[in-house]
Amino acid sequence: MAQPLLRAIDVHKRFGATEVLKGIDLEVQQGEVVAIIGASGSGKTTFLRCINLLEEFHQGEIQVDGERIGYTEGTHRRLGETAISAQRAKIGMVFQSYNLFPHMTAEQNVTLGLIKVQKRPKAEAVETARRWLDRVGLSERRGHYPYQLSGGQQQRVAIARAVAMEPKLVLFDEVTSALDPELVAEVLAVMQDLAKSGMTMLVVSHEMLFVREVATRVVFMEGGRIAEQGPPDALLVNPKSERLATFLGRFHGVFR
Amino acid sequence: MFEPGSFLYEAWAARYGLLAGLATTARLSGITIVIGSLIGILGGVALSYGPWPVRLLLRGYVDAVRGIPVLVLILFSYYGLALLGIQISPFTAGVVALGGFCGAHMSETVRGAIESIPIGQTEAGKAIGLTFWQRLRYVLLPQAIRRLLPPWVNTAVEMVKGTTLLSIIGVVELLLATQQTIARNYLVLQFYFAAGMLYVLVNFAISQLGALIERRTAHFRY
Amino acid sequence: MTYQFNFDVIFRSFDKMLAGLWLGLWLAALSLAIGTVIGLLAAYGRQSRLAPLRAVVWTYVEIIRNCPILLLIFFVYFGLPELGIFFLGKIESFVITLSIYAGAYLCEVFRAGLASMPARYVEAAKAIGLRPVQRQVHVVLPVMFRITLPALSNNLISLFKDTSLAAAIAIPELTFVTRQINANTFRVMESWLTASALYLVTCYAIAWLLRRVERRYAVIR
Ligand SMILES: Nc1ncnc2c1ncn2[C@@H]1O[C@H](COP(=O)(O)OP(=O)(O)OP(=O)(O)O)[C@@H](O)[C@H]1O
Ligand SMILES: [Mg+2]
Repeated sequence: MAQPLLRAIDVHKRFGATEVLKGIDLEVQQGEVVAIIGASGSGKTTFLRCINLLEEFHQGEIQVDGERIGYTEGTHRRLGETAISAQRAKIGMVFQSYNLFPHMTAEQNVTLGLIKVQKRPKAEAVETARRWLDRVGLSERRGHYPYQLSGGQQQRVAIARAVAMEPKLVLFDEVTSALDPELVAEVLAVMQDLAKSGMTMLVVSHEMLFVREVATRVVFMEGGRIAEQGPPDALLVNPKSERLATFLGRFHGVFR
Repeated sequence: MFEPGSFLYEAWAARYGLLAGLATTARLSGITIVIGSLIGILGGVALSYGPWPVRLLLRGYVDAVRGIPVLVLILFSYYGLALLGIQISPFTAGVVALGGFCGAHMSETVRGAIESIPIGQTEAGKAIGLTFWQRLRYVLLPQAIRRLLPPWVNTAVEMVKGTTLLSIIGVVELLLATQQTIARNYLVLQFYFAAGMLYVLVNFAISQLGALIERRTAHFRY
Repeated sequence: MTYQFNFDVIFRSFDKMLAGLWLGLWLAALSLAIGTVIGLLAAYGRQSRLAPLRAVVWTYVEIIRNCPILLLIFFVYFGLPELGIFFLGKIESFVITLSIYAGAYLCEVFRAGLASMPARYVEAAKAIGLRPVQRQVHVVLPVMFRITLPALSNNLISLFKDTSLAAAIAIPELTFVTRQINANTFRVMESWLTASALYLVTCYAIAWLLRRVERRYAVIR
């Protein structure tokens, strides 16, 4: 097998005395779409935030494209601000609450990273932003401010903002759970489109139909550990563990 | 109506002195607001993100200044700076005191504005790889400034009003110029009233301008 | 350049400074009391159905809040005798000015307090059959005072600091006394450092005390 794009080795994370991640091992290959499912509080968000260096972790290591991120090689010393920023730029992240910059138009939200982080010329950045806003179906709205957009539209801008930087890996954390039900589909459609184009994605989601259809692999987290993983059909239809069966029981009717 | 002893006649006779006073008031207000805003932005950022010794020092400065009357700061600065052997004009002593006063208040306001921005903004900035200074420059400060506007305008009005205290150490701004005029013509009520109305008009205009800009930018806030 | 600190002369006049501080506290408390009455009346005036009354109150509030207090002090102290009002002493004149000044700010505080009053309190008062005035006295005002308590304590502290301006008309409060000591002894640093410390300690003591009161009377909205 080729070198994995993402490799997490025995990642531990504590908040104060409580250990939230109790040794996560995960490898994600180029082009895979890995869905993470699990009960509330099982550590899904925390794991994604460790990958994007929004949280520090206490033990273990995470590599992206063979490069150790967040900490210096061989020790567990945190890298400097500049190095961390550069590593974050290679990993995209889409948040549950969109977090668009309210004082910038849709287009400016997308170009900010291209211009300031990737130092691309303005014209080229604008061109790229327009292409991506077109791709997520918002070419008409590029001059709009976030408050002028619906939740689904804001989330699509946020996706464009993340992917326009051509990250090696994009993290999605429950990106549809703050949306009204009728707006969920438009966002999932965009994600499905990205998945088809071969983008490597790590997706935390409770949208089981989407997970089953789009993911190449499903990871079930439980109490800060990965309890079970495998292809969606096998895992979701015939869970091996009792726990996963119980968890999936809540989505009763979706699979059978 | 225009004979000597009437208000209009005396006001016309004193026009140069009064206008010079008004100009001094404008200059003092402008300088202290600019100094205060600069101190405020630096101080506010440092109070939010600085290393703890810096934060402690600034906290001391801000809390001390906010617990001492401005007039005491002005008198302290006026008599105290002279001690340092520097030949210092009342104008400069006043600018030091009022600028320091304004800066302390602005620091606290800026800190509050920065800290009221949702954490998601910082995280989104981090996620696209912006460094600390870039996040500050492109994400946090532009939003903080919109939140700052109403209290900033209030502070500006307070500073215009505060410049009158410098009359006590002999800076001939509008109030002292008015008093000098009154000393010549004894039209106490008329001249105090006229000067007061001038302050009211200017400050009212500043407040209204602030309210207008605030309405315009209200959308961009969470 | 070395400055030799010598606090002896300050200690010799320390009782005068304390007397000045005490006077300032009194001036602030009196002005807050009178200002509260003015502010309450004005706040109800702002809610009145009579447009002219609303306009008068609005004009009062805007003029006072946009006018430098020092100018108001001089206007009242030197101007009122011109109108034939001679019987006011320095202190009365200053307290009147500071009360009028406080009233304008407190009007805004009370107006916001009345506006943020949850409707359910008034409805409950109606439900038990209280008449309009009773509703105000027994329900609206007590709740409103508790809601506005933090703003009131900020105002008291501001007023206390503003009493330093009484020095401008030679009322012997702390700032005036300090300036005299400074002039008589030339101990610049000592006198102003002491005055600053006294003001600081008093301001934070008031803040601390009032926070305890606030906590005791906090309302859950
Ligand atoms: N900043 C924090 N400080 C303290 N504890 C935290 C913090 N963030 C998360 N936790 C705790 O860590 C645990 C895992 O949280 P996490 O957000 O990763 O769960 P999750 O799997 O994403 O849940 P959900 O499905 O509800 O989003 C929870 O018990 C949570 O209370
Ligand atoms: Mg989560």
